[in-house]
Amino acid sequence: MIDQPLLPGLDEESAPFFEYAARGELRVQACADCGVRRMPPRPRCERCGSFEHRWDAMSGLGTVWSFVVPHPPLLPAYSEQAPYNVVLVELEDDPTIRLVGNVVAGADDRLDSIDPHSIAIGMPVEVVFPRPVSDDEGAVVLPRWTPA
Amino acid sequence: MKDQTAVAGIGTTDFAKSLDDSERVLALKALKAALDDAGIRPGEVDGLSCYSMEATEEIDIARNMGFGDLTYFGKVPYGGGAGCGVVGQAAMAVATGQCNVAVAWRSRKRGSRSSRPWAGVSSRVQGDQQRWSRPWGLLRPVDEIAMLTRRHMHRYGTTRDHLANVALAFRRHANNNPAAVMGDREMTRDDYMAARWVSEPLCLFDNCLETDGSCAVVVTSTERARDLRQPPALLHSWAQSLPAQHQTMTNFFCDDPLRGPAWACAEKLWSLSDVGPADVDVAQLYDAFSPLVPLSLEGYGFCERGEGGHFTDDGGIELGGRLPTNTSGGGMSEAYLHGFNLIVEAVRQVRGTSTNQVEGAEFSLCTSGEGVPTGALLFRRDR
Ligand SMILES: [Zn+2]
Repeated sequence: MIDQPLLPGLDEESAPFFEYAARGELRVQACADCGVRRMPPRPRCERCGSFEHRWDAMSGLGTVWSFVVPHPPLLPAYSEQAPYNVVLVELEDDPTIRLVGNVVAGADDRLDSIDPHSIAIGMPVEVVFPRPVSDDEGAVVLPRWTPA
Repeated sequence: MKDQTAVAGIGTTDFAKSLDDSERVLALKALKAALDDAGIRPGEVDGLSCYSMEATEEIDIARNMGFGDLTYFGKVPYGGGAGCGVVGQAAMAVATGQCNVAVAWRSRKRGSRSSRPWAGVSSRVQGDQQRWSRPWGLLRPVDEIAMLTRRHMHRYGTTRDHLANVALAFRRHANNNPAAVMGDREMTRDDYMAARWVSEPLCLFDNCLETDGSCAVVVTSTERARDLRQPPALLHSWAQSLPAQHQTMTNFFCDDPLRGPAWACAEKLWSLSDVGPADVDVAQLYDAFSPLVPLSLEGYGFCERGEGGHFTDDGGIELGGRLPTNTSGGGMSEAYLHGFNLIVEAVRQVRGTSTNQVEGAEFSLCTSGEGVPTGALLFRRDR
């Protein structure tokens, strides 16, 4: 069993999201032809069939669509911070886009830095970018959220 | 293929937290029991169908069982979403003449800790199902379902009492079923409310059991089944669905995350059937987690959207209620074998041999996992 936080495996479609995050930008993939945004990033637009895409900058504002409070047994890196919150955030710029994340007191604070029972559906949040987390495949910035 | 095929035999092993036999041996024992139940010789079997997650290879099963020349074999993916499709595809192969006698089974050992979801997990999460959620600590299937449950509670007023209704109904049914892992364990509403959290708003008793065991069925033509040992369970209608925009378990990114795979499956199931939800006498609804039951009640049309929680009030899903559900105790109190024991129980109900028999049951529904590409079977008692 691993004892470090999990990181996303990156492929051609997913990597740019995290590259923008490392620069402090929240961007979402959109079709370059019809403009429809999509999550997770994919090679082809399901609406118009285009393989061309762009990455649209988002304001970083959103609201909590739902949340859970996991309790152990969990992987060790998460268990020692439990109970914590995991939220699904609906973006203000485009409510069709939702992102899984955590609400924390500050970008680099622990997962339990906010009382998970203070979270509520509809709560406004704002994106923050913590320091990168590294493993032997490299470093990744996982966007997180603070109360807005 | 309406009513053209039937389940002619059912077989199960013991269900327990831990069994000595391997998954392979458990599969062979359940298959032997199902063939004996039907009164069919293994050499007559020429088709087989299984979950893609099944560990034992088809050639291994066929050789150990002494099957004849197989002319149909197939697999269905997505874990708990597979079961009904596994049986439905076996029946489709019989109905189209690809084979004459098909078997389907699920064998599973989950008592051991080494088989838990994150055993052997590496630090990098691959695939869109998990890459966009697990790094933030949404680690387990229960966490993924809890996210949808919280939203359902917020939107429709579903409560923990509704989820307790589900857990308590299935426990009570299990208490009448000597084969159930929880057969002799009683549960009260206080027990439910006092249980430890697993992923708020879901507690320990919102989760299915970790079980070792195996179940199997034999499918053949209705005509042939009528000459065999048991009353045939006619396959009146069946369906699968992998709905538009769907993403396994983390259906968070589609237009309407609370409209799960049950909806598309139900549309097909009823369209191929002579009847509708009001004609179903008894149901086995996939219950890896308690909230899947209200979601399925809505999806299959037993109530309006958002009313799934309320449907469980006043004994709605208990024996004698509006829709007796998971009459063997289901995945939460009989055994969790990726839903295959639900199929076996659905057959028993139209045979009239359940330990919680619904009197005169004519139509018996079974569903596979909600939250993943799924399937459903509607059995009919033979006249
Ligand atoms: Zn497009």
